[in-house]
Amino acid sequence: MSELFQLYILFFRMGAVTFGGGYAMLPILRREIIESRRWMDEETVMDYYALSQGLPGIIAVNTATFIGQKCRGVAGGILATLGVVFPSLIIISLLAGVITAFSHLAWVQHAFGGVRVCVCILILNAVVKLYKKAVIDGPTLLVFLAVALGSYLTPLSPVLFVLAAAVVGIALKNMGVKK
Amino acid sequence: MLYLRLFWEFFKTGMFAVGGGMATIPFLYNMADATGWFTRNDIANMIAVGESTPGPIGVNMATYVGYVTGGSVGGVPAAVLGAAVATLGLVTPSIIIILIIASFLKSFRNNRYVESAFYGLRPASTGLIAAAGLSVVVSNLFFAETLDQGFSLAFFNWKGWILAAVLWTLTNKVKQTKGLHPILFILASAVAGVVFSM
Repeated sequence: MSELFQLYILFFRMGAVTFGGGYAMLPILRREIIESRRWMDEETVMDYYALSQGLPGIIAVNTATFIGQKCRGVAGGILATLGVVFPSLIIISLLAGVITAFSHLAWVQHAFGGVRVCVCILILNAVVKLYKKAVIDGPTLLVFLAVALGSYLTPLSPVLFVLAAAVVGIALKNMGVKK
Repeated sequence: MLYLRLFWEFFKTGMFAVGGGMATIPFLYNMADATGWFTRNDIANMIAVGESTPGPIGVNMATYVGYVTGGSVGGVPAAVLGAAVATLGLVTPSIIIILIIASFLKSFRNNRYVESAFYGLRPASTGLIAAAGLSVVVSNLFFAETLDQGFSLAFFNWKGWILAAVLWTLTNKVKQTKGLHPILFILASAVAGVVFSM
């Protein structure tokens, strides 16, 4: 029980102090899990982290679930996950109330006007970074364009595009044309 | 019932958003259109708040959406419950998927079908985020409502374009600033927004 609680507290702290999620977690993971507690070795943590990026869901959440379950089984996985999301719940609940209360003020609206421009650039930068890793040849370029246009121009759910892309990926790689 | 729907919408997001926090944005756009819980314009604010507060961005945005949605039917307790439900919905698929694959991890990683599925998933996920990004750009750097009086230069949010150009340069071209945390650019943009009445 106390070890489970420790796991919860550790990931709670990680959720509370890391800005930006997944990437920002790594230095703390290294210090707390590998160096001071010696629960896992560096290679395992890095493997889990890499795999977490590829799986569906939030990277930080996936990493927490992996490490929690590796350390203390199913209960560990669940508690580590609850730990990493709980600070968000507290902080956002407090903040959302404040924002709602002040959102009618002109200067607050101007501030968000500026912030939304920044969001455009942050998304653009994220897309460029992902594009370099994901679009590696002709077929992947076609998938990228088809999904980007299809998603922008139609109200179809992203779920459909994701499922179709997985099928297309499997078909392209296994239909014998390439190998 | 609202909370079940909220859980289900975020369960789908957690299940199908591949590529971390930013990959949840297309799902939020779809949710705004399908449910009317919040507007497309709210999403850009949610992204900014999610990036500027501690914790994973995707989790922060889910919590925010849940809070706003819950709050629309009641007071603060309903809002906090909504935040909790959305967050649990988002993380439940991760827990299920990982607890399942952790037991046969090695064979999962080297499975050619899993590998080839990701060959298609990565560009698709990037395409979804690009489409969502385009929506954010269209609604924030252009004033679509001015088109009612015909096309004019008022259509362009020129202050926004200048700020965007400055931010792009600082985050990509200037060696001293491009590694800085996004939160600093968000805060600077908020100040610019107030100073230049954006």
